[in-house]
Amino acid sequence: MRKLLLAILILTLGCITRPPIQSNCKLVMATTTSTYDSGLLDQLNPVFQEKYHCTVEVIAKGTGAALRIAKEGNADLIFVHSRQREEAFVAEGYGVNRRDVMYNDFVIVGPASDPAGIKGLKNVTEAFRRIYEAQVPFYSRGDNSGTHEKEKTIWKLAGLEPSGKWYYLLGMGMGETLTIANEKQGYTLTDRGTYLKWKDKPGFTLQILVEGPVKGGDTRLMNPYGIIAVNPKVYSNVNYEMAMAYIAFVTSLEGQEIIKNYTINGEHLFYPNA
Amino acid sequence: MGSMEFLYEGFIKALKLIISLDPYVLSVTKVQLAVSGTAVVLGTLTAIPLAILLAFTKFPGKAMSQGLITTAMGLPPVGVGLFVFLLITRRGPLGFLDLLYTPSAMILAQYILATPIILGVSLSALEEVPQKIKDMAFSLGGRYSDVIWIVVKEAKLGILTGILAGFGRAIAEVGAILTVGGNIVHIIGSQEVSYTRTLTTAITVEARQGNIPEAIAFGIILISLAFIVNVVLVNYVMRFSKGYENV
Repeated sequence: MRKLLLAILILTLGCITRPPIQSNCKLVMATTTSTYDSGLLDQLNPVFQEKYHCTVEVIAKGTGAALRIAKEGNADLIFVHSRQREEAFVAEGYGVNRRDVMYNDFVIVGPASDPAGIKGLKNVTEAFRRIYEAQVPFYSRGDNSGTHEKEKTIWKLAGLEPSGKWYYLLGMGMGETLTIANEKQGYTLTDRGTYLKWKDKPGFTLQILVEGPVKGGDTRLMNPYGIIAVNPKVYSNVNYEMAMAYIAFVTSLEGQEIIKNYTINGEHLFYPNA
Repeated sequence: MGSMEFLYEGFIKALKLIISLDPYVLSVTKVQLAVSGTAVVLGTLTAIPLAILLAFTKFPGKAMSQGLITTAMGLPPVGVGLFVFLLITRRGPLGFLDLLYTPSAMILAQYILATPIILGVSLSALEEVPQKIKDMAFSLGGRYSDVIWIVVKEAKLGILTGILAGFGRAIAEVGAILTVGGNIVHIIGSQEVSYTRTLTTAITVEARQGNIPEAIAFGIILISLAFIVNVVLVNYVMRFSKGYENV
C-alpha cells in the first residue's frame, strides 16, 4: 500500500515538474504520416537508437503540422515532403542543414469500375479533369499535409477548383483517408508507400489507376522527402547535436541502404537519393 | 511569441470567428446540433415509453434488466463507434444501406449512447414517485392510464434531467462519431461546409493541424452549449420547485 501511494505521488509530481536530471537522451522528430504509416521509421529508428543511445520520439502528423510543431520549438528535427515549404522553413531561419533523403511518388487510386475512366492515363491533370467532370466521389486529405498540398497543386495545374458534394475533405491522415475512400469506393491521391501498406488489408479493393514516375507515370507526381534540423539559434533547448547525428545517419550509406532495402511484399517503398 | 500572447491571440481570433458567424464554424455547429439533437429526440421517443413500461410492470428478470440499463449508461463511445462501424461497413450486415460516413451513421451511434442514459434516469424518476400518489389516483377513481399520466407528471423533472443528461453525453462525445462519421467537409463554391464534422471532431482535427483559433472557437461554442443546457435545467428546477410550494 505504501509503495502504491509512493508510486501515485511520483506520478503526480512527475506530471507537474519535469524530472530534474536528464538521464535519457531524447530526439523528437516531427514527420509526415507517410514515413510512419509505411513502416519505414520502424526500420531506421531502432538502428539509430542502438548506435547513439538516444530515443527517437516520433510525432507523425502531416507536413503542415510537422512544420508548425517545429516552428513552435516542439521538435528537434523534421522529416517531411514538401520541397517548397521545406525551403521556406530554412529561409525563415527555423531550420538548418536541409538534406534530400529519398523519394517515391504519388498515384491516383480508385475503384476497379473506374467510373471517371482514368485508368492508364499518363497525364495527371487530364485524370483530375475527368474526375472533376464526372463528379465522382473524390476523398481529399484536407489537412494541409504534403499530399494535400500536392493535390491542390495538381488541381491548380489542371485549372480547376474542386467544389461540390462529390468532393470530400477529411482532415485525416493518409491511412484513414484510404480506408474511407475504399469504404465509399471513391478516388484519392495517395503516396505509393501508404497505398502498398494498405492494399492487402482485408476488404481493400482500390487499385492504382494513374501511375507516378516510379512506374513510368507523370513526373509531376514525384514525391521527394527532405530532412531538416531545427535551428538551435531559434530554440536553444533543441537537441541539435542528435538531430545532426540523425541527418548524418539517414543520409549515410547505412541509412540509405535501409531505405533502399525496405520492401513490402517485394515492392520498394522509397528510393534513396541523398 | 510568449505563451500568454499566443493564447491571447488565439482567443481573440476565436471570438472574431464566432461573432462574424464564420460560415465554416456555423456549419460545424449546425451538424453537431442536428446529429446530437436528432439522436436525443429518437432516444427520448424510445426511452420514455420503455421506462413507463418497465416502471409499471413486474416480470421475472426485472432487476437484471435494470442492471443492464445501468451498464449501458456507461458504454464507452469508441466501443459503440466500432460496433456501429462493423454493423454498417460495406461488408457488414447493414452494409447495403450505405450509411457509413453519413450524418445518419453518427445519429445511430449517438442514439445508442444517449438512449440508456435517458431510460435509466427516467426509470428511476418514475420509480421514486411515492406509492401513495399512485394509491390516491386509484382511489379517486382513475383509470390505469390516468394513474400513469399522474406518475409521469410527478416524475417529469427526473425525466427532463435524463433527456438533458443524454444530450450532454451526445454533444461531448467524439470517439463514436469520428469512427462512423469520418469528419468530412465539402467545398461548396469556395466555402468549406461541414458534412459530418461536429464541434468535438473539429476540435481534434484543428488542434492536430495547429489551427488554434478555430479549435478555441469550437471549444467556446461547445462549452456554451453545455452551459445553456444546464441553465435551462436549473431554471426549470427553480420554477418547478416554486410551483410546488404554491400547491
